[in-house]
Amino acid sequence: MSLLSIQNLSLSIHGKPILKGVSIDIEAGQVCGVIGESGSGKSMTAFSVVQLLPDGASSEGKVMLDGIDVLTAHESTLCDLRGRAVGIVFQEPMTALNPVKTIGDQVMETILIHERVSKAEAMDRAADALTRCELPPDRFPMTRYPHELSGGQRQRVVIAMAIALRPKLLIADEPTTALDVTTQAEILQLLKQLVTEDGMSMMFITHDLAVVTGLADKIVIMKDGEVVERGHAATLHTEMQQPYTKQLFAASTHQPERGQQSTPDPILKVENAVRTYLLPRQSFFGERPEFHAVNDVSFDIKRGECLGLVGESGCGKSTLTRAILGLEPLKSGRITLDGEPVSTSVAQRRMQVVFQDPYGSFNPRHKVERLIKEPFHRLDRQATEQEVDDALVSVGLQPSDKHKYPHEFSGGQRQRIAIARALIIRPDLIILDEAVSALDVSVRAQVLDLLVELSREFDLTYLFITHDLTVVRSIADRILVMQKGKIVEQGATEDVFGAPSSDYTRSLIAAAPQLPDMTKASTS
Amino acid sequence: MLYYAVKRLGSLCISLIIASLVIFTCIEIVPGDPASFMLGINAQPDTIAALREELGLNQSLTQRYFGWVGGLLTGDLGTSYTYRSPVSEIVADRIAISLPLAIYALSLTVLIAFPVGLIAASKRGSVTDVSVMGATQLGIAIPNFWFAMLMVLIFAINLRWFSAGGFPGWDAGFWVAMKALTLPAIALALPQASILSRVMRSSLLDTLSEDYVRTARAKGLTRRQVMWRHALRNALIPVLTIIGLQFSFLLAGAIIIENVFFLPGLGRLVFQAITQRDLIVVESVIMLLVFAVIVVNFLVDLAYAWVDPRLRVQS
Repeated sequence: MSLLSIQNLSLSIHGKPILKGVSIDIEAGQVCGVIGESGSGKSMTAFSVVQLLPDGASSEGKVMLDGIDVLTAHESTLCDLRGRAVGIVFQEPMTALNPVKTIGDQVMETILIHERVSKAEAMDRAADALTRCELPPDRFPMTRYPHELSGGQRQRVVIAMAIALRPKLLIADEPTTALDVTTQAEILQLLKQLVTEDGMSMMFITHDLAVVTGLADKIVIMKDGEVVERGHAATLHTEMQQPYTKQLFAASTHQPERGQQSTPDPILKVENAVRTYLLPRQSFFGERPEFHAVNDVSFDIKRGECLGLVGESGCGKSTLTRAILGLEPLKSGRITLDGEPVSTSVAQRRMQVVFQDPYGSFNPRHKVERLIKEPFHRLDRQATEQEVDDALVSVGLQPSDKHKYPHEFSGGQRQRIAIARALIIRPDLIILDEAVSALDVSVRAQVLDLLVELSREFDLTYLFITHDLTVVRSIADRILVMQKGKIVEQGATEDVFGAPSSDYTRSLIAAAPQLPDMTKASTS
Repeated sequence: MLYYAVKRLGSLCISLIIASLVIFTCIEIVPGDPASFMLGINAQPDTIAALREELGLNQSLTQRYFGWVGGLLTGDLGTSYTYRSPVSEIVADRIAISLPLAIYALSLTVLIAFPVGLIAASKRGSVTDVSVMGATQLGIAIPNFWFAMLMVLIFAINLRWFSAGGFPGWDAGFWVAMKALTLPAIALALPQASILSRVMRSSLLDTLSEDYVRTARAKGLTRRQVMWRHALRNALIPVLTIIGLQFSFLLAGAIIIENVFFLPGLGRLVFQAITQRDLIVVESVIMLLVFAVIVVNFLVDLAYAWVDPRLRVQS
C-alpha cells in the first residue's frame, strides 16, 4: 500500500472549484515532484494532505496517509499526524518562522508537542535536527532569533522542524523558490540527503522543471486543478504526451530570437562607482562602520545591446540600479548617460525601469491610462490619447484596456502594462530589475519575446538584472557578474557561460539547476 | 538591549527638555503678562506689581526658566496663588487619587479586553464573535458619565453596595479606599476595554494569518496552542501602544468621571486651576502630566523590546 494515496480529490473554496479529481500515489521512500504554474492547485493538493486548508474549503474523494483517511479524520488525529508523520517545508523562509521565538524553541516545539520527553531531552534532539540541517549549535546557537539568520539558514531551521521527528512524508512546497541559486543548490542537496538517510518519502512542489531533475523519482504535472500528465522523472522529458507538458518544457528553455545589433558607442558609462551605507555603531563612542554596497564598479552599456547583470541577493544589484536611475547618491565615481550625469533630469527622462513585482508596483486605485502616463511628469507636455493606445498595443494589449484597473489583469498582463509604462516616453535605456522573475515559465517566455521584439522596433537598450542564469543566458548579449558589491566577471554571454574565468561565476553556473535535455531542446 | 534602553532614555530626556520649553513659552510668554492675566481686568496696578514680584516675573526669561526647571527637579513647584499652599502638596494629594484610579481602571481594561479579544479572534465570524463585537461597539458609544450615573443609581442608591461618590482617603484603609474607587474605575474602563478588545481582536486576526502560524499548525499544534504560543505575543505590539495611550488618558482625562463621583483628582485640579487662572498650578500639573506620558511611552518602548527581539538590535 502506498504511504500517501490521493484518490479523485476535488476541492472547492467558497464554492469555487480548485481541484478536480486529483489522484496521486506516493510510495514509501519515493520522491514525487508536483509541477505546475501558479493557480494550478499544486499547493492546495499538498495542504489537503494535512488538512491545513483556508476557511470555506470543502473536499471530496479520498486521501489516505499512512493508513488514515485524512478527509474524515478528527482534528486531534490530524494534529497528531502533522509534524509526526508528515513534515512540511514552506516557500517563504523569511516569514515561516515566528520572529519572537528562538530557533531552538521552535525546533524543540515539534518534539514537545508529540512526545512526552523532558525539555532537556527535547533540546538535545532539536540540536541534533539542526546539526543534520547543517546548523550545528556550536556555530549557530539555538538561542538565536530568526532575524539573525539568512534566508537559506532560516529555511534550514524550517527543515529541521519538519524532520525533527523523522516523519514518513516530507511535503516541500516551493522550498527553494525564494532562495538564491547557490543556496537553492545547497537546500536541494540537503533535502536529498535527508530523504535518503531517513528513507523518507517526499512530495516536492515547484513551478520549475529543472529543480526536480535529479531529485524526483516521478513527476506529476498539474494544470487548472487537474493532473495532466504523470511519469518517471528520468524519462518524462522524452516520453511526454500532453501538449501542455511539451509547452512547459519548451517555455523553460525558451530562447527568444535576438536580431538586434549593438553599436560600439556606449550609451551608459559607469565609472568607479562607490556607494556606501553606515552600519549601526559597534560601541557607544566608536565610529559607525561603512558597508560598501557598490564597490568601485565600472562598465559601459552599448547602444542597442542587452546587458545582463547577475548576482545573488545582497550583492549590490539593486543599489547599483538605483544609482543608475539617479536615485542613490554615489560616494565617489560617476555615472553618465550619453555624457549627462544621471542625476540630471535630462538623463533621467531617457531612462525607465520595470520592477519585479507586477502586483506591488502599481497604485491599485489608478486606471491603466493614468498609470502608464506617469513617466510624462518628467516631460514638459502631456501624453496624447494616441501615445497611450500605441504603448498598449505595442505590448500586446488593447487600447480599451486603459480604462481598467490593475487588479483586472493577470500577472503577465500587469508586467506588460509596466513595460508599456516604461516605453511610452520612448526612452533609450530600460532597466529590467528582475522583471520576469515573478512570472510563470510560459508567461515569462512570452514577455521575453516581447522584450526582444520591442528592442528591435524601438531601438532600445536594456540593462537586464536577474538572479536567474537561464533567463539571462537566453536574452543577454553580454553579462556582468556581481559579487559583494564588485564586478567579478564580464564578457559576452556565451564566453561567460562557456568558459567562466572567476570561481564565483563557476559556482553560480554549477549551482543552477538544468533540465536534462536543455541543450537538445534549445538547438532543435 | 541595554543600548536600546539607554537610547530610549536619551530620547526621553530630550522630549522632557523640549516639553518644558514649550510649556514655559506658552504659559509665561505668549498671553502677555501672567500677573495681570491671573488677577483679571479689575486688578489694581500695585497688586499686579506685588504679584509680579512674588512670581519672580521681574527676572530675565532664562533665570525664570531655570528657576522653574530647578524647582521641578527639587520638588519645589512654587505656591499656588488661589490655594495659598505649596503646589507640590496639592498635586501630591490629587495624585494619591488619580494615579491609583488610573492603574485600577487600566487593570480592569486589560483584564476585560484580553479575554474578550482572544475569544472573539478564536471564534471569528461565530455568534460569540459578532455579539462580543456588538457589545464593544456599545461600550464605545455609551458616554461613560451616563454609564457612571446609571451605576450610581443601581449600585449606590438601590443596592447600597457602594457609596455614591467622594473619597474617604487612604487613611481610612486600603480596601475602603479601593471600594470608593471601584465604580469610577469601572466607568472609566468600559470604553477603554471596548477599544482595547477590538484592537486585540484585529491584531490577533492579523497574526493568525501569518505564515509562521501556518508553520506552527504544520508542526501539529492545535488552534488553541497556536493562539497562546505563537499569535498572542506577536499580537501584543499594537495592543501595548494603545495601553500606553490609554494610561496617559486615564491619568488626566478622568475629569468628568471625577466630577460625577466627587473625586478630588488631577483632572478636576487642572480644570479648577484654569478657571481660576492659577498659572503656577496649571504649569506644574501640565509638566507633570507630560512627564507621566513620556515615562509611560518609555515603558511601552521597553515593553516592545521585551516582546520583539528584532527591536533590541536596532541601530
